[in-house]
Amino acid sequence: MTDNVDRSKRRLLLVATSAAGGVAAAGAAVPFVLSFQPSERAKAAGAPIEVDISTIEPGTMKTVEWQGKPVWIVRRTPEMLDLLAKHEGDLTDPTLSVPQQPEYCNNAARSIKPEFFVAIGVCTHLGCSPTFRPEVAPADLGADWGGGWYCPCHGSRFDMAARVYKGSPAPTNLIIPPHQYLSDTMLLIGDDKQKGAA
Amino acid sequence: MKLLKNLLGWVDDRFPLTPTWKEHLSEYYAPKNFNFWYFFGSLALLVLVIQIASGIFLTMSYKPDALFAFASVEYIMRDVQWGWLMRYVHSTGASMFFVVVYLHMFRGMMYGSYKKPRELLWIIGMVIYLALMAEAFMGYLLPWGQMSFWGAQVIVNLFSAVPFIGPDLSVLIRGDYVISDATLNRFFALHVIAVPLVLVGIVFVHIVALHKVGSNNPDGIEIKKNKGPDGHPLDGIPFHPYYSVKDMVGVVGFLIVFCAVLFFAPDMGGYFIEANNFIPANPLKTPEHIAPVWYFTPYYSLLRAVPPLFGSQFPGVVAMGVGAVALVFLPWLDRGKVKSIRYRGPIFKVALALFVISFIVLGWLGTQPVTPTYTLLAQVFSVVYFAFFILMPWYTKIDKCKPEPERVTFH
Repeated sequence: MTDNVDRSKRRLLLVATSAAGGVAAAGAAVPFVLSFQPSERAKAAGAPIEVDISTIEPGTMKTVEWQGKPVWIVRRTPEMLDLLAKHEGDLTDPTLSVPQQPEYCNNAARSIKPEFFVAIGVCTHLGCSPTFRPEVAPADLGADWGGGWYCPCHGSRFDMAARVYKGSPAPTNLIIPPHQYLSDTMLLIGDDKQKGAA
Repeated sequence: MKLLKNLLGWVDDRFPLTPTWKEHLSEYYAPKNFNFWYFFGSLALLVLVIQIASGIFLTMSYKPDALFAFASVEYIMRDVQWGWLMRYVHSTGASMFFVVVYLHMFRGMMYGSYKKPRELLWIIGMVIYLALMAEAFMGYLLPWGQMSFWGAQVIVNLFSAVPFIGPDLSVLIRGDYVISDATLNRFFALHVIAVPLVLVGIVFVHIVALHKVGSNNPDGIEIKKNKGPDGHPLDGIPFHPYYSVKDMVGVVGFLIVFCAVLFFAPDMGGYFIEANNFIPANPLKTPEHIAPVWYFTPYYSLLRAVPPLFGSQFPGVVAMGVGAVALVFLPWLDRGKVKSIRYRGPIFKVALALFVISFIVLGWLGTQPVTPTYTLLAQVFSVVYFAFFILMPWYTKIDKCKPEPERVTFH
């Protein structure tokens, strides 16, 4: 009875059927996997925001929310800016070789106007929001601390231009978002190509 | 009585009820020398049932929505009749699950339960452990407190450290560019249905595999080698009633401990429920000090111990992942001739002790803030942790084992 069976044909049909079924199953899985992607609503939530910076006192920071992330705006004092150049040897990337900022912030102060510093307050290590520690040489951060941010999660340290110190778990400087001045007191975060840019 | 017997006969003609009862309970022969360490398998099963039962009742009042989640947990705690009990049973159960599972795993390491012919049983157990970690991690996001939010933020960002596909992968997990309502909602779905289904399935497979190869015992010798004229192992006794009764004693003892935690210290001094999780999630502010729940902290320490290499934190993530799955490979790393620690040489005993110490120290360090001293300590004990595995083929081979007995012994 088994003598007349064409086994190689059976095997071929088995493999072909399995392959076709496998392709169909993979195809059917595509919509389910893609449904894990951000929804259209989540994508639309990244609209730029306007911030009034006239109320920020020198040496203090304002935190606003953009795309669900904290964005810092710091009004740096001249002393803070002076300190920036002094510890460049202690930084992982003082020359800004990794493009973590728009081109117009590719300068020593990492900002459009040195006085106002804008950065996304999310640690490049694992996404915590570092704590603002503007004071110079506090007891817990050591005598050579020139002000900046300290990440409570894994101990990364950043200076007043959010550049990461050597020995931190964070591999790169913090990200500067695209931004522009609408006027002397109004900042637009999330868009740098809007008309009427100062 | 006759009616019941007829009913059983009627069922047995249609479903193998009596044969199943016999094969897995009344005629499943387990070694007669089980000790204290053999409580934890059945206790793990008990905690699984407790978690499923309390979890079902929690979902009836919980709202998986970023706007309402935190408030709905407080609603369960304050307004739902006995809601506080359901919630604390579930949160205590989560930690006790890991206590029981860690002791269960340590038992396996002590008595060589992963060695031939139980390699697959061990692997299935490790899959359960990994699924349990996923389950616990996603459950911890649901109360939407500060630790929920920032813990999830850190862990999901681990995936973005994967070269090339990382950033897209983490967006795919979150369903958004940050931890958000979309993340909360999908973690809820995975926590209450997807992962529990898988867990129950592999727990079933774990028990099937166990009953195929038979239980190991504190002497690490195969009882199936010495069978009586009836075909049953001479050193075996039926699971039911002998071990079902023994396990009930374990259940009572366990429930005393469980209730002591539940009623007198449900947050266990911040170890079972962290203080910051009583503050609603705030995406703009990371708490001063964040740490995962205690059962993840050994791996968290491994992560923190590795400095970034080549401008990437990926090596630390790899250390953490390898640290968590390394136990899978024990059956092939261990080249010792005997299974049980009772007949192992001094080297293995010292190695196992160092491993347990490094696991506990790394776990404690993971709950602490980073300081240069602690980082150094974490690095030292990370080396010890991995050395246990890497050097195992060598030290288990040169170790001087004692001869195993023919039959099981009692001490």
